[in-house]
Amino acid sequence: MLFDTLHPFIGGFLEDSSKLSLPFEKRTAWLIAAVMILLIIGSLVGKLLERSSEERLNSAIVRSFNQRIRSWWLMCAILIAGLVIGRTGTVVLFGMIGFWALREFITMTPTRRGDHRALFWVLVVFTPLQFLLVGLNDERQMFKVLLPIIAALFVPMRIALANDEKRFLERSAKILIGILICVYALSFAPALLYLQIVDSTGQLWNADSTLSANKGLLFFFVLITQLNDVMQFGWGKLIGRNLIADRINTSRTSEGVIAAAASSALLGALFCWVTPFLFWQAAIIAVVISLTGFAGGLTMSAIKRDRGVKDFGTLLQGHAGILDRIDSLCFAAPVFYLLTEFFFTS
Amino acid sequence: MQLTSRLLVAAAKLISGYTVRWKHAMPDTCQRIYFANHTSHLDGLVLWAGLPPHLREITRPVAAKDYWEKGWMRRHVASAFNALLIDRREVKVHQSPVDLMIREMDDKYSLIIFPEGSRNAKEEMNKFKSGLYYLAKKRPDLELVPVYLDNMNRILPRGEVLPVPLLSNITIGAPIWLEQGESKQQFLDRARQSIIRLRDDEE
Repeated sequence: MLFDTLHPFIGGFLEDSSKLSLPFEKRTAWLIAAVMILLIIGSLVGKLLERSSEERLNSAIVRSFNQRIRSWWLMCAILIAGLVIGRTGTVVLFGMIGFWALREFITMTPTRRGDHRALFWVLVVFTPLQFLLVGLNDERQMFKVLLPIIAALFVPMRIALANDEKRFLERSAKILIGILICVYALSFAPALLYLQIVDSTGQLWNADSTLSANKGLLFFFVLITQLNDVMQFGWGKLIGRNLIADRINTSRTSEGVIAAAASSALLGALFCWVTPFLFWQAAIIAVVISLTGFAGGLTMSAIKRDRGVKDFGTLLQGHAGILDRIDSLCFAAPVFYLLTEFFFTS
Repeated sequence: MQLTSRLLVAAAKLISGYTVRWKHAMPDTCQRIYFANHTSHLDGLVLWAGLPPHLREITRPVAAKDYWEKGWMRRHVASAFNALLIDRREVKVHQSPVDLMIREMDDKYSLIIFPEGSRNAKEEMNKFKSGLYYLAKKRPDLELVPVYLDNMNRILPRGEVLPVPLLSNITIGAPIWLEQGESKQQFLDRARQSIIRLRDDEE
């Protein structure tokens, strides 16, 4: 009985490990190679900028650029490691990222003594359970309802049990927004690996190696989100005039967002060979990723401004500030997943 | 024992996600008294785990006997981080906690103490107990190092058993000494202020 329930989980793992000699498809390998080359170029450019930055360039921008490149290397390494370990490994990795992000989020948010046990449930029970459900990949897709229904009702109840009514609604909302963004939304990214994708002609996409092909799709998604972050920043600095919400964020401009969406469309079409999408479909989806990514960054900025911190990294010195890096990913993941599921599964 | 201490350090890191900052202070093997604010049962363990390994070996948290001698598990844990257990209820005349600490320190060990006495549930720190003063008076060579532990009260507050794994900060400040002619109260207030300053700097 137990084995039956766990079977897809373990089965997926075995299936993957038996293909360890070629853990992902050739196309994915090409994509990874392309990203590596981009990163090497980026690192070299960063080094050059660092040397010549004394007068002409704003050293703060150069530093932020170099920081980004560094965290990219890390993210890329994590993704590749995840892809090699297999589906289950990727789910576990994303689970750890979500756990850490939620930790940062709650640490930054003031809670009261009465929230202690609700927080325990959220961090120690619901977060791992969510990723376990993604990995179990059951027919009813319980991972889609666990947090927005069960946890969303449970958390306020648990706070009420603690017998402290002060700012009750506000406290419940803070915790729920935390789980929604850091855990629920993020979990849609590894869930991509479990979709049975058909391409636009209605044929099963990569029928022989759906598993490893989906890894390429996940890589494509993360790549576009991250590149779009940088392009929004870069285009905003180059041609940005009008700030979208100047009290929330002082670097996001409408010109930057539009230019980044256009460049993302180009990149999406350029990399369409790793996805089940035709080039124009890939372009449209890249635009959607770009806009949802922007929404994530802006929303996170609002939360940070409300709490009076600049980024989650400086909140606790020495921590990387994972939430700063994945805010756009969190917002784009569910939308990308649902679009793919709606149009590209049978 | 070695294994238990390693596990303890890993558990402390996982549960409290601490980062350590040495501010105007450096790790050193000279004999020290680390004194910190006290809000959680985890305080002693986390501060001890946050020290570099070679200092961990020669640093002993001072803890309450009545809590840490209850049950096999706690006793084992206490001996794994080499805790110095002090009886809070029965203070004998020739066996005062300060004398005991000085004897146990010998010329090798450093100590971690919480001068507030017991864990504090309020925002502000409690007044310090006088032990720190007598330690400083009897052993003027000791470096008294203030430490501010941030967020521990949210990770495991008073009266809770299960910790919530949030993130915390350990800030270690510049040592202080008992000044010439300083009264007990002046000294204890100054020591308390040195922790408050670490806290306020941080924010």
